[in-house]
Amino acid sequence: MSFYLRRITFYVVTLWAAISLNFLLPRLLPGDPAQIMIGKLRRANGGRPISEEMIDAITSILGSDEGSMWDQYLAYWGRLLQGDLGVSSTRYPAPVAELIAQALPWTIILVGVATVISFVLGIVVGAWVGWRRGTWLDHLVPITTVFQSIPYFWLALVLVAVFSVNLGLFPIIGGYDFFAFPAGPEWSWAFVGSAVTHAILPATTIVLSSVGGWLLGMRNMMVSTLSEDYVVTAEAKGLTPRRIRTRYAARNAAIPSLAGFGIALGFVVAGSIVMEQVFSYPGIGKLMIQSVQGLDYALMQGVFLIITITVLAANFFMDVIYGFIDPRARHNG
Amino acid sequence: MRADAVPVLTARGVSIEYDVDPPVRAVRNASLTLHRGEILGLAGESGCGKTTLAYGINRLLKAPALMTAGEVTFHDADGRDIDVVELRGDSLRRFRWDKVSMVFQGSMNSLNPVMSIRAQLHDVFTTHRPGMTRREREARCAELLGLVGVDPSRLSSFPHELSGGMRQRVMIAMALALDPQVMIMDEPTTALDVVVQRGIIREIMRLRERLGFAVIFITHDLPLLIEISDRIAIMLEGEIVEQGTAVEIYRAPRHDYTKRLLASFPSLRGDRGDFVRRGAVTTGGAA
Amino acid sequence: MDDAQSTLDPAVADDEITSNRAIAFDSPAAADAVREASRETVAIATPPSRRFRNLLPRRSAKLVGGLVIVGAIVLFGILGPLIAQPPRDSDNPSLEPPSADHWLGTTKLGYDVFAQLAWGAQGSLMIGLVAGTIALVLAVVFGVLAGYFGGVVDEALSLLTNIMLVIPGLPLVMVIAAYVQRSEGLGDFARSSVLVAIVLGITGWAGSAVVLRAQARSLRTREYVAAARVAGERAWRVIFVEILPNLVPLLAAQFIFGIIFAILGEAGLSYLGLGATGSITWGTVLNDAQTGQAVGTGAWWWFVPPGAMIAALGAGLSLINFAIDEVVNPKLRLAPENARQVRRAAKAGRGVTETGVIA
Repeated sequence: MSFYLRRITFYVVTLWAAISLNFLLPRLLPGDPAQIMIGKLRRANGGRPISEEMIDAITSILGSDEGSMWDQYLAYWGRLLQGDLGVSSTRYPAPVAELIAQALPWTIILVGVATVISFVLGIVVGAWVGWRRGTWLDHLVPITTVFQSIPYFWLALVLVAVFSVNLGLFPIIGGYDFFAFPAGPEWSWAFVGSAVTHAILPATTIVLSSVGGWLLGMRNMMVSTLSEDYVVTAEAKGLTPRRIRTRYAARNAAIPSLAGFGIALGFVVAGSIVMEQVFSYPGIGKLMIQSVQGLDYALMQGVFLIITITVLAANFFMDVIYGFIDPRARHNG
Repeated sequence: MRADAVPVLTARGVSIEYDVDPPVRAVRNASLTLHRGEILGLAGESGCGKTTLAYGINRLLKAPALMTAGEVTFHDADGRDIDVVELRGDSLRRFRWDKVSMVFQGSMNSLNPVMSIRAQLHDVFTTHRPGMTRREREARCAELLGLVGVDPSRLSSFPHELSGGMRQRVMIAMALALDPQVMIMDEPTTALDVVVQRGIIREIMRLRERLGFAVIFITHDLPLLIEISDRIAIMLEGEIVEQGTAVEIYRAPRHDYTKRLLASFPSLRGDRGDFVRRGAVTTGGAA
Repeated sequence: MDDAQSTLDPAVADDEITSNRAIAFDSPAAADAVREASRETVAIATPPSRRFRNLLPRRSAKLVGGLVIVGAIVLFGILGPLIAQPPRDSDNPSLEPPSADHWLGTTKLGYDVFAQLAWGAQGSLMIGLVAGTIALVLAVVFGVLAGYFGGVVDEALSLLTNIMLVIPGLPLVMVIAAYVQRSEGLGDFARSSVLVAIVLGITGWAGSAVVLRAQARSLRTREYVAAARVAGERAWRVIFVEILPNLVPLLAAQFIFGIIFAILGEAGLSYLGLGATGSITWGTVLNDAQTGQAVGTGAWWWFVPPGAMIAALGAGLSLINFAIDEVVNPKLRLAPENARQVRRAAKAGRGVTETGVIA
């Protein structure tokens, strides 16, 4: 029980740290982002002055000259808890929260499904390669390291060049067919179908470039685990090879991979951001890029916050699973 | 040797080699016979090959070990002779644990850390006795733990929650699960302190009286073997240099090495420091 | 068995006399330490010269392959710019496929791709090294110190490490880069590759720190460290003389990871237009390719080579890491080798081997 308590406490503290970081960054780094932002909003409004409300929102996020740091900090928290993340300058007058809510599902579904596929594939194949150690499969392993070092987005470019431009098999960009559904997403099978075809190349990119890491890690752990004493005991007990491979070897070998999932998630996030740029996929990553390129500070802060929260949630989820699988962690906290 | 001694396991001319560069001959032409219901002690210093021999007999050799010669025959209680070296695949798996089981050295890592004790004991039954119902299995597991003096409520625990002594007892319980005819014990108590060691040895002796299995007891502790074994084999650098009853080994050792071994253990009798200062050969207490 | 006649194993007798232990209780931490001890690769008792040689990865196909690849790329980065034409010379015909004049063709603006690639190699490698070094130093500080000192220091440093670990890296870098690069105060430095390297370095150390901490913690319990501390050695000396040398393979592996991470990170950043826009790196070339519609116009010679070079460098570094991994954990090399050998011997009829899990 204390294990879960410790983890929850850690994530709460980290969340607080991330939000505070979000608060501090625009105020500590050089330049005056608040004024720049207000200027942009005014321009986006067609040169007309913007409402006091909006100015308040901007200064509370990006920093103002009035009030002490501490007052601003409290005001910032107040707005956050109300769900007010400001207004975007590049997509004026859409509120930041709304833009994020539209984009988030795309990313979570695509990246979530692709990562799960990649993880499962990597673990299963890695376990198999590790099990058959000493055979020709060992030579496969260096090949996967090549795949691991390929930049996501470059692989995406290549895949697009081959499959979309040359062979015309898959659409080049977008999350769905803009022309077929000009009004935007809708709940119909046709839409889902369109979304799926548009997701295949991006998903393939993610799977191809991250599966190598899981495979390698699992294979190495499998080779180590197979020389452990309890595997000898299992063999001596006359258990079926299948049972030894799964319950005794793979289950123990997978533990470090699960533990390292959190670290790997960082790479996944990074890769998917860039990948969304390549495919012009309407997810959070593209939103982040747009905001940074357009210096839409409010949107940028908002997206950064949401990405961080999502990653924390995913990490916590993996921690729960880890505690479930490894009884030693559960009992030692 | 008892007059009614019937062999249950015979090993003839076993040679095991480590296939490295240069090759290491770990066991050379070793032969031994284990009789039904007896305790055969296998003694020798670290690295003499006794564990390798035991693993070889049980077909558990880890690469780079290779059995280059020898026959191992198991004389089943129902009269059949099983050629252990020729067993493969399914027949080997069925043979394992059912006829010959093993208790390993240093139980610290011999139990799967992510499975409960219950799961690891049930394992044996689901594999070898598929006809048993869940309730029957649970009852038998509780009974086994009771046999070795572990509280059956420990079935729900995980290995890291048990002390070293308890883990070793669980291993012994596991080894008894299918009523094997032979149990090979590789230094089962070396990693434990003396009081616990004594308890476990006692337990083993009691169980053997009750269930009648034969034991190959591997250890470097010769005096312990002299106390508990019926027969003893001494190994040196891969060869069995002497075999005989415990009394014979103790009273009339023939090989030089056996004599040296016996002289190396301090005794509780005699003057203090006797064997260190004056190299006196101790004969210990009366056996 | 008669209680009055117990014989004593001399080893156990000693133990019984000198210790006050009751029933032995193996805590998981102790079991872990024992596991680590048995996994110890380098025999610490060996003399220093042999110790160093033992640390070097064994010569194997993987190591040689990796070194060759990395060496070739480094050479390319050093010698390439000397033989290629200036990378920003736009006097050439634009978007030409590879030919005798331009080995890798030209870009939309008429730059020679080969030249861009050669200068890009310098840029990327430099960023990789600088960022990798910064990350390694930070990882050592946060990892080794935390692992060695334990207690409050450990808790504090670990908390910071874990926070850094969980907060997503690239978004953080993007945000920092956005604020820093567009500000007036920093001028040209804002677009330089050094700044990018620094930002990558200070955000990329957390993963290595975790690994180093775990290893430092286990080393702390070794006898020679305890001996040094009992002898009154100051903490700094113990760390530098006893602990760090034993971490060398791990440090090397983490350094290589750091380089890979930095180069990939920089490539991504530059591709997004946030990187070292003032210099030439493989990433900036890819960015130019993207804005120049290289994919759409089928100008494969423009966007394939930079990515391929990144992949090749990454693969080469990974192979080296592989070899180092096999030093740190010899089971990875020995177990498959042994299994193969024994299988071959069994086929040749030399003996019987296990076909199950063990072999």
